[in-house]
Amino acid sequence: MKAIAWRSLPKPAQVAMMVVAVLFLFALPLLNLPIVTTPETDFGGVLFTVSVYVLVALGLNVVVGYAGLLDLGYVGFYAVGAYTVGVLGSLHGSWPWLLCVPVAVVASTISGLLLGWPTLRVRGDYLAIVTMGFGEIIRLTALNAQWLGGAPGISNVPRPPSLHLFSIPSLNWDSGVPKLDLSSTTPFLEFSVSYQVPYYWLVLAVIIVVLVFDKLVKDSRVGRAWEATREDEDAAELMGVPTFKFKLLAFAMGAFIGGLSGALFAGKQGFISPDSFMLMMSILFVAAVVVGGQGNRWGVILGAVCVAYLPERFRFLADFRVLIFGLALMALAIFRPQGLLPPRRTARVMKADKRQEVLEEGATSV
Amino acid sequence: MDFLLQNFASLTVTGIAIGAVYALVALGYTLVYGVLRLINFAHSEVFMYGTFAAVWIVKILGGHAGGSVVQTIFWLLAMLVAAMAVSGLIAIGLEFLAYRPLRKRHAPPLIALISAIGASFFLSELMGLRDRVTGLVGLDTTLGDYVSGARNNVGMPELIHPERVFPLGNYDVTSVDVLVIGGAIVMMLLLDRFVSRSRLGKGMRAVAQDAESAALMGVNRDRIIQVTFLAGGVMAGAAAVLYMLKIGATRYDAGFVLGVKAFTAAVLGGIGNLRGALLGGFVLGLAENYGSAIIPNGTAWKDVVAFVLLVVILLFRPTGILGESLGRARA
Amino acid sequence: MSESPVGDTRLLEVDHVTIRFGGVVALDDIDFHINEGEILGVIGPNGAGKTTCFNVMTGVYQATSGQVRFQGKPLVGLKRHAITKLGIARTFQNIRLFANMTALENVMVGADAHHTTGVGSAMFRLPKHRREEAEGEARARDLLRLMGIEGKGHELARNLPYGDQRRLEIARALATQPRLLCLDEPAAGFNPSEKADLMALIRRIRDDGYTVLLIEHDMKLVMGVTDRIVVLEFGKKIAEGSPAEIRDNPAVVAAYLGVDDADAS
Repeated sequence: MKAIAWRSLPKPAQVAMMVVAVLFLFALPLLNLPIVTTPETDFGGVLFTVSVYVLVALGLNVVVGYAGLLDLGYVGFYAVGAYTVGVLGSLHGSWPWLLCVPVAVVASTISGLLLGWPTLRVRGDYLAIVTMGFGEIIRLTALNAQWLGGAPGISNVPRPPSLHLFSIPSLNWDSGVPKLDLSSTTPFLEFSVSYQVPYYWLVLAVIIVVLVFDKLVKDSRVGRAWEATREDEDAAELMGVPTFKFKLLAFAMGAFIGGLSGALFAGKQGFISPDSFMLMMSILFVAAVVVGGQGNRWGVILGAVCVAYLPERFRFLADFRVLIFGLALMALAIFRPQGLLPPRRTARVMKADKRQEVLEEGATSV
Repeated sequence: MDFLLQNFASLTVTGIAIGAVYALVALGYTLVYGVLRLINFAHSEVFMYGTFAAVWIVKILGGHAGGSVVQTIFWLLAMLVAAMAVSGLIAIGLEFLAYRPLRKRHAPPLIALISAIGASFFLSELMGLRDRVTGLVGLDTTLGDYVSGARNNVGMPELIHPERVFPLGNYDVTSVDVLVIGGAIVMMLLLDRFVSRSRLGKGMRAVAQDAESAALMGVNRDRIIQVTFLAGGVMAGAAAVLYMLKIGATRYDAGFVLGVKAFTAAVLGGIGNLRGALLGGFVLGLAENYGSAIIPNGTAWKDVVAFVLLVVILLFRPTGILGESLGRARA
Repeated sequence: MSESPVGDTRLLEVDHVTIRFGGVVALDDIDFHINEGEILGVIGPNGAGKTTCFNVMTGVYQATSGQVRFQGKPLVGLKRHAITKLGIARTFQNIRLFANMTALENVMVGADAHHTTGVGSAMFRLPKHRREEAEGEARARDLLRLMGIEGKGHELARNLPYGDQRRLEIARALATQPRLLCLDEPAAGFNPSEKADLMALIRRIRDDGYTVLLIEHDMKLVMGVTDRIVVLEFGKKIAEGSPAEIRDNPAVVAAYLGVDDADAS
């Protein structure tokens, strides 16, 4: 329904609406909307965390949703990206953040290729375990290797370069009506400890770029090959699809985005330690993709938002977070395995099946 | 390297002892995988609950070291019964609540894995939050000691003072070692007997090979799956007892690392293959010990050995040392 | 229809191929060939080894001994997608379409077999991507039209009626631009009128320049559309020849009808 409505709009209208949506997202932390804004933690920081999860979910979506590969060790790529920035920028060098990032994504992509090359020949459920093992190996190596900082981690990780151009005021709702608050401003662009919002803007910009490329790649031979592989790998091979090559490609692309996310994360935190990259995160990442609807980029964005935002919004439940999360996963698996926003295809299939049922019922009742 | 050679005997015996624990837990993974092609992610919690059952029963009965032979045997049996019962029940509960509904809906394996992960988190957090949870229903003061400090290690009073039984090289094999290794072997023999001789055991093998034909032959698939989970749970319960005798402490998250290692053992030996699980367990226990003796500052890297072994095995010999066998190996 | 342009070139050669699975001999010293431009039928009672033969000819199985050669080149150690690129395409006995993709997309996947667009071209919409997409889509539509299902391009493959699914599979196989098209029981589940349509379709495909290999159970169809027939029984070739020769071959008749009444006790 929604998809058809969207497509029936003329192109300029679509573009205009997207621009408005994007502007809204950028302005979000400054709008201080009631209800949405987190009461106990800095909203800009929360938005940053959420958007990093969104970026990660988009990357993992390529692996899990498009190519159909079970990856339970995605945090490994994330860690490689973060640690590359940490090592080059602080521990064994003092490279500026901007220079560390390309190296970080190359490193994570290479690790993706190295991991994928032997493991993608292994069948589905095993792949999940191997990738999980990989993620833990990365973390344990970082934990035990002194040249990677060991248990204490790496501090003084470089931040993105700042530009000091102007300051943007935020909105104040104290009096029930939004008023411009000139005392609470956010500088454009300062990447320091004091302001969380610019980091969020940076990640948001990256997300937009990734979304564009995601769509371009999905609507091409590459996307078709992934889908065919996921549907019936053997048949795809026999139709001339070099399935291994495309699976490896998906893995590498996922690793690229994972490493990029890690580099962005490190640039804001200023400090990384092995504790930031526990197995739990890989599982949360997969949960974000599955909850949202694997294979649907908007679905996984929604899933990432749920997984990252809800625990922050409902901090008072903090201790019970994981417990509830466990229950939620089970409930999701049983009652809504297709996720919150299943890919258009699954939705179409479900609708078509429903139509079929109705027709059949109609026939029998005649 | 010197360290390895000097302590070869002790490393070997302790390796076999912990390997026995891995093997028993691995049996649970391999049984479920063989019959359902499902990695029971939550099996680690089945084990963990068994360890708590073992500790608590000892505390309730007031077990201690230096008791008479009859007393000690009584306490050991109590531990065994309690742990096996609790683990078995949790395993069956898991099957019923987390997996059966998915099976009935023909859910894809990724979804089953998600459910398994969710169950695993739920169960471990439940134990880790037992103080809060019991607090919600006002039982926390009554249960006092058993639920307070829910995130902490829970130690077990020493039941058997490790006394030297016989020397092996320069290491004195203790009574605990003998008990653990002996106990494990007994359990393995019992399970082997069960799977190869009993009717239910045959049913398990049939369902593992070809569920549809088995159904056509009158095998009740649901029942067999229940029994499989129960068997795995019981083995994990026994493993929990041996673990507590050897290691002496447990925690709400003690299942995780052990679970991964046991799963590695199962894969190492050939998933779906019972004897493989046993072999894998012992190989892993030894490899861990030897490996950490060779690597300088090795104890920190002990856990890495398991993961690296897992990755390497799956890459180079995914069918494991003995190859898959409970069911048919898929191409 | 123009005359069948059967050449003398051997497109595919099955050279004394034996396949053993453990202790079972599935194919025993099978030896025959397919000429370019002909329609060859492979028949035999159930369990004769037709599907195994089919699989070894399309590179899914490796021969235990002997060799399969395509255009003179042995099909050894080649990845399956490479074999497809060489020019062998197939359909499946139990229909293996990409169920949740549309009919058009299914065929386009086949057309992609010879495309080389990669991530880079796709991401930046380079001319190569545009060209290959346009060409792929055009060819896919043409094939759908050839199969008579061009109106159903946007339907999900799983929602198509049975007959259309079979036709879609053929379209998809043709999209890979094969020289040899292998059809695995393409008429299964068809009524007589559909079978007649299928025969006409197969002839049209051959006339368009493809060579066709056919496994079928329906005698009338096989006799009616093939140029030559190979008969298998218990993994061995028991006859080879024109439809007329095969029809009158006593060994073939015995294979299908079983043991003589006199021998049965």
